[in-house]
Amino acid sequence: MTTPVTTPAPAATAPGAVKSAPRLRRVKEHRPGRRRRSKLLTVLTSLVVLYTVVPLIWLVVNATKTQSGLASSNGLWFADDFALWDNIRDTFTYGDGIFTRWLLNTLLYVVLGAGGATLLAVLGGYALAKFDFPGKRGVFATVIGAVAVPGTALAVPTFLMFSKMGLTDTPWAVILPSLVSPFGLYLMWVFASEAIPTELLEAARMDGAGEARTFFTVALPLLAPGIVTVLLFTTVATWNNYFLPLIMLKDPDWYPLTLGLSAWNSQAETVGGEVIFNLVITGSLLTILPLVVAFLFLQKYWQSGLAAGSVKE
Amino acid sequence: MTTLQPPAAAGPRPAPPPVRRDRRSWKGWGFIGPFAAVFALVFLAPIAYSIYLSLFRDQLIGGTTFVGFDNYQQALKDELFWASLGRVALFLVVQVPIMLGIALLVALALDSGRLYGKSFFRITIFLPYAVPAVVATLMWGFMYGTKYGLVGDFNSAFGWSLPDPLSADLVLASIGNIVTWEFVGYNMLIFYSALRVVPHSLYEAAEIDGASQWRVITAIKLPAIRGALVIATIFSIIGSFQLFNEPSILRPLARNAITTDYTPNFYTYSLSFSGQQHNYSATVAIIMGLITMVVAYVVQLRGMRKGA
Repeated sequence: MTTPVTTPAPAATAPGAVKSAPRLRRVKEHRPGRRRRSKLLTVLTSLVVLYTVVPLIWLVVNATKTQSGLASSNGLWFADDFALWDNIRDTFTYGDGIFTRWLLNTLLYVVLGAGGATLLAVLGGYALAKFDFPGKRGVFATVIGAVAVPGTALAVPTFLMFSKMGLTDTPWAVILPSLVSPFGLYLMWVFASEAIPTELLEAARMDGAGEARTFFTVALPLLAPGIVTVLLFTTVATWNNYFLPLIMLKDPDWYPLTLGLSAWNSQAETVGGEVIFNLVITGSLLTILPLVVAFLFLQKYWQSGLAAGSVKE
Repeated sequence: MTTLQPPAAAGPRPAPPPVRRDRRSWKGWGFIGPFAAVFALVFLAPIAYSIYLSLFRDQLIGGTTFVGFDNYQQALKDELFWASLGRVALFLVVQVPIMLGIALLVALALDSGRLYGKSFFRITIFLPYAVPAVVATLMWGFMYGTKYGLVGDFNSAFGWSLPDPLSADLVLASIGNIVTWEFVGYNMLIFYSALRVVPHSLYEAAEIDGASQWRVITAIKLPAIRGALVIATIFSIIGSFQLFNEPSILRPLARNAITTDYTPNFYTYSLSFSGQQHNYSATVAIIMGLITMVVAYVVQLRGMRKGA
């Protein structure tokens, strides 16, 4: 390889998966089925599955109960009255349909925050992988160093800064910090180094294509699987975000779902507050449903995508 | 774009070195620029700002004054801070090994090819990752209830007297359980992805040598995924030190057990938003950030050196 890969050094900090990534193409899925399957091992692993799914089953079962049914019935079985549809309706209509508003807010934060984060990560990862520019090492070191800085430790100063700039209590306070995903940048950098042959870019340039054109017509299609992975993970991060909006937003009209559910839950605490645990539970179920479905349907992408850079199958 | 297709067209290209020099241009900034700009705004500026804040103090009389390192001295003598740090350190030492241990065992089991229904296991164990911390904590919080929750159900159904998971003695373990539940599948997947790219030929060689399964795991698999192990450990350390969501959402259920200075992050949050002590809060956040970075860095150095 005579290509100007000036950045193999950081790979030392990368997961093992990354270092041995190029070999993947030879190691097709999987070892021959010669091995005997083990019942014991299956049973033991099933215990872990039990641990992970019992709370989810609990959530589904209890979303079918009324507030009084919650208290009077066993948590792992249905109450006498099946109130799932009523609960769903009430969740969407309670408090003038504020839940719908929260859902739309969450979508807004995901589309702009996660979408924007993915876009910036793709562009940046491409630059790190395929360009040699002044300050490149500095950029890389800063970003990798920043990953170790506890994101939440930044939250308070960010809040103070944003409040000086008049950004708090607006959607921008949630969206702007979501735009930076150092992990996404790192993933795209590794992925772009692997997936885009430098010769291809040179050929395009020699044919007179500008940098933007080269990126969109040559590089972008090759990056598609990596983009799906980064998009999925930034979506989860934004959809599940709690701390940032908690700090930044006072007005319930701008709450995302997570903050709204937490507010409903603590409503029982306040004097005269209506106890609506049935709606908290149903709302929780509705909140996780889209992501669970997305993960199930996009399995092929993110599972391979996680083995950063080895996604090219 | 037919003109772009043949990579072979690059065959008779001019002597490489001069071209390469050429490419060291500012063009790359056109692509990294947007990321760098936002990064500077939401990462670097807040860090700089909090360092600035930490050097001042807001007093009733005299307003904001420069106090040098006084805030740092105060923090280093602050028992509440040290107690909260002790709590997350204990959490780190107990919860992280348990979580990563289970994740590793499941990943090895999946990779061994000896499981029935492998992909079912993989996806179900990973699913909690898609559940927001808020929902996970609310869910477990309900289940922990000794009156109406699952714990209460078990007590009445079997005549047990399970201890209250939300009592002061147990609440840290209960939080650990929630975090383990959330992230065991995520870590499992990282390990599993790393295991999958271990070259097959290594196993064949081991088999020819008559190596046992255990030998294959300790001599081939674990060393091969060392990078993934280190990364997962570092992420878990950062996560533990940042602990906030779970205790803060659980707090309404356990007011006495979970104080507002329960974790360092909770402490900085309370200082800033209930106490209005922004300067001191920034100081504690910086100290916590430094501690996290040092620990993460040491783990990385040690982890990468071992047997390398």
